[in-house]
Amino acid sequence: MDDTVQQRISQNISETPVVLFMKGSPVFPQCGFSAAVVQILSHLGVKFKGIDVLSDPGIRQGIKEFSNWPTIPQLYVKGEFVGGCDIIREMFETGELQQVFEQKGIPVRA
Amino acid sequence: MAMDAAMIERLIKESLPDARVSIEDLRGDGDHYAAHVVSDAFRGKTRVQQHQMVYQALRGRMGNELHALALQTGAPED
Repeated sequence: MDDTVQQRISQNISETPVVLFMKGSPVFPQCGFSAAVVQILSHLGVKFKGIDVLSDPGIRQGIKEFSNWPTIPQLYVKGEFVGGCDIIREMFETGELQQVFEQKGIPVRA
Repeated sequence: MAMDAAMIERLIKESLPDARVSIEDLRGDGDHYAAHVVSDAFRGKTRVQQHQMVYQALRGRMGNELHALALQTGAPED
């Protein structure tokens, strides 16, 4: 993988506690799967940074190699890959997602 | 490009021979599937690792020929 892309990804996920690599922006998601994760994060009142992979082909390919994960969206919490849409949805339904945020010191709306 | 459900099941079973696989074609268009995969190989693995094992089995097709595969994975319950 391109080293500068790798560096940009590392920098983003280490500087910002919650980062969502997605298609479109949090306000205008361009894909149903990305929209679903935005909706869950918004519901939990979790502040996050959305990175639009559609406007950055390097990141779009690079993030898949970075995490060895073939699809977008991808959610990172404190630098760690938590999951894509299916996993986030499942974890939200079981309450595990809220626990992950709380364990990592990220405020969640009760 | 579409991919048929039998092909998805075969690829998963090649990598995870004990797997119980059920696949649903969500829109009937051969492009949006939901798969439920149960295998002993998933025991002790995180969800991310379990899904990575299925993606590995699909050998690069996920995200390419296969646009949408909603995955649910788990180990068999005793």
